Amino acid sequence: MASAFSAAKFSAQPFPLNHTSTTSHDSSIVFAKPTSLFLGSTRKLRLTSSSKFNLSRRSGTVDAVSDVVKQKKSKSSPSLLITKEEGLELYEDLVLGRAFEDMCAQMYYRGKMFGFVHLYNGQEAVSTGFIKLLKQQDSVVSTYRDHVHALSKGVPARAVMSELFGKTTGCCRGQGGSMHMFSREHNVLGGFAFIGEGIPIATGAAFTSKYKREVLKEADCDHVTLAFFGDGTCNNGQFFECLNMAALWKLPIVFVVENNLWAIGMSHLRATSDPQIYKKGPAFGMPGIHVDGMDVLKVREVAKEAIGRARRGEGPTLVECETYRFRGHSLADPDELRDPAEKAHYAARDPITALKKYLIENSLASEAELKTIEKKIDEVVEDAVEFADESPVPARSQLLENVFADPKGFGIGPDGRYRCEDPKFTEGTAHV
Amino acid sequence: MAAIFQGVGAAATLSSSPSNSFVPKKFLTSPRRSFCVPSSVVVRSDGSVNFDLNSKSRRAQQLVANATKADSSAASSSSNPGHELLLFEALREGLEEEMERDPCVCVMGEDVGHYGGSYKVTKDLAKKFGDLRVLDTPIAENSFTGMGIGAAMTGLRPVVEGMNMGFLLLAFNQISNNCGMLHYTSGGQFTIPIVIRGPGGVGRQLGAEHSQRLESYFQSIPGIQMVACSTPYNAKGLMKAAIRSENPVILFEHVLLYNLKERIPDEDYICNLEEAEMVRPGEHVTILTYSRMRYHVMQAAKTLVNKGYDPEVIDIRSLKPFDLYTIGNSVKKTHRVLIVEECMRTGGIGASLTAAITENFNDYLDAPIMCLSSQDVPTPYAGTLEEWTVVQPAQIVTAVEQLCQ
Repeated sequence: MASAFSAAKFSAQPFPLNHTSTTSHDSSIVFAKPTSLFLGSTRKLRLTSSSKFNLSRRSGTVDAVSDVVKQKKSKSSPSLLITKEEGLELYEDLVLGRAFEDMCAQMYYRGKMFGFVHLYNGQEAVSTGFIKLLKQQDSVVSTYRDHVHALSKGVPARAVMSELFGKTTGCCRGQGGSMHMFSREHNVLGGFAFIGEGIPIATGAAFTSKYKREVLKEADCDHVTLAFFGDGTCNNGQFFECLNMAALWKLPIVFVVENNLWAIGMSHLRATSDPQIYKKGPAFGMPGIHVDGMDVLKVREVAKEAIGRARRGEGPTLVECETYRFRGHSLADPDELRDPAEKAHYAARDPITALKKYLIENSLASEAELKTIEKKIDEVVEDAVEFADESPVPARSQLLENVFADPKGFGIGPDGRYRCEDPKFTEGTAHV
Repeated sequence: MAAIFQGVGAAATLSSSPSNSFVPKKFLTSPRRSFCVPSSVVVRSDGSVNFDLNSKSRRAQQLVANATKADSSAASSSSNPGHELLLFEALREGLEEEMERDPCVCVMGEDVGHYGGSYKVTKDLAKKFGDLRVLDTPIAENSFTGMGIGAAMTGLRPVVEGMNMGFLLLAFNQISNNCGMLHYTSGGQFTIPIVIRGPGGVGRQLGAEHSQRLESYFQSIPGIQMVACSTPYNAKGLMKAAIRSENPVILFEHVLLYNLKERIPDEDYICNLEEAEMVRPGEHVTILTYSRMRYHVMQAAKTLVNKGYDPEVIDIRSLKPFDLYTIGNSVKKTHRVLIVEECMRTGGIGASLTAAITENFNDYLDAPIMCLSSQDVPTPYAGTLEEWTVVQPAQIVTAVEQLCQ
């Protein structure tokens, strides 16, 4: 099968406001040389050892569009993008994400989980495409739509499901919930309920990586941070402020925009003066890439380059993934505003179906093997639900734990002892 | 001369003043806490401190705090003479020592690097530690505070400076949502050992927006600690303790106090974050205060002493949580409480403190608690109006006289 890449061009014409679809869905980007900067990034940061961080912004033109247009030369035989093992791994992760979210919906309507639950159906290619390229020490920062990011990063399905059920065996002991998935072990730094709030956190994690390498002299520290967020967030100040800082200090971070065209009921086109988000990267001095977020292989190719850039210390990248959520914004959203034709259009581009087709057509896997994976995932998800069901709810004593890392922060009581020294304190009987 | 117990070490056993009634028992008997490990405990041998004003100040304000009682019991002075410095230098010294001690400590803020800090707290630190450890940020408070929080979660110990505390209003999102909450919502997986500091308070006609007191806005945020420094001694001690703490700490400094001069010990010491400071022991009335108002109170104390009153002055230092032990002991002794603060009346620190004292020590009060706070107005520019916005010593004297009727 021919390489999935095709040449694409981007015009710099102003975008008409009433356009109902953003870009052509065949668009995909190819990078000419794996070791060079993407075209469109105009910065060569001169990091001098003297005290000045000087960026000469005036040299060269700023391309508003990052349009690397080159056919990827096949190396030997018709180059496949993935090996069989990789293919199966990707497929399993996609199916896990989908099956898990479907089960969440079921559990929600059965009254096992409450509050705001935001499901990721349809966007799996972005999570799988990016996160499966990471190492354990790399960090992922997400938004409230974070279940699948956590799963892709390696957080066990049991831990995530328990957290959703509010049980003490959840990854956050039941204290976080759907919108706050954290895992120290797997370096998932949240889970944030307010949009844009996680982007500075991701920037901080990337800063730590650079600090470890340059100040603490841990020469092999090349940890990368991925920040996932949506199209609505790209109109928020924190997004722009962090693009600036990340480019300024060449932080090892990739900003991944999951542009699913809708922020609850607000269409991206109605909210954004220039809807082409990837164009905003070069304005800050980093490459801006647009990719078809429904195709996991395309996402993976872009991710490889972006993550590679960050690891090599070349700085941040802004990647806009055109994707779509098959369900409403949350389980409470009636989803009445979206055009059924639009939904059908993207349903036809289901990432799982697409990868299945690729694997079978390229003889990387058989139907039977894929069925086995699907069955395995079903069992994993069922097991997760069972585990969560049987887990205990948090006890009263858990209420005041974890408020402070050092519980002396609760202060000194009238009797002269620290409140936390009171044996009954964690039962919550000590008034603060 | 009363031995004013300034430094506290939970791990170190006290070699001096076992009979000092101001030593909380826990520090003599419970050696378990290793959270703060000073190399020695310092008891000041005399209570006098001298303050030199910034010569640029236009009004001749006497900030002499020499109203301490003369009681030289059990005072073991440290053999070192100590060294004299200004409050901002004390902050810098504390910061510098912690940065030397732990390479993960770093500073972030506007103009902290090459400029040395708008109040010179980070002067020359960038030259010594480099541009990455003393990071000049763009003007994006919300984002660089968030960046500090992300860095804290992943292993660093950042000190975020708000050029003026008021600017941190822009960072309220990150401070409230992330700084305070993430340790909890992550189920204890991530700690956030961040220090957020900066100058606040009413200065010299700086205008409304630069004269804000944010302690009242931040006090409700669960998961953070707040302290306010008022002398070079406790500024350095609190800075060091805040940096070493695993909790997020907000350190409030005051614009007008940066040039106070004091002699501080040469050896390593910290000030306990949760403790209040006894400034002047007394019998008739408990005056609770913090930050700049401490000096107005001490000035009023001089007048009160001349009039025959014996006020007990406590600098609460820890704005959240309150040190109810020191405060409680005082209330039990004097039975009258006056709170003097620079915060606004509505929802301020004084309001919370009034509630806490009433809840815990109501039986010991002979009179309702009086709370003197700033007027609930945006701080005016005009000098005369600004003076009437904050509590002045004369008002404090009147209030004590009223309380002690």
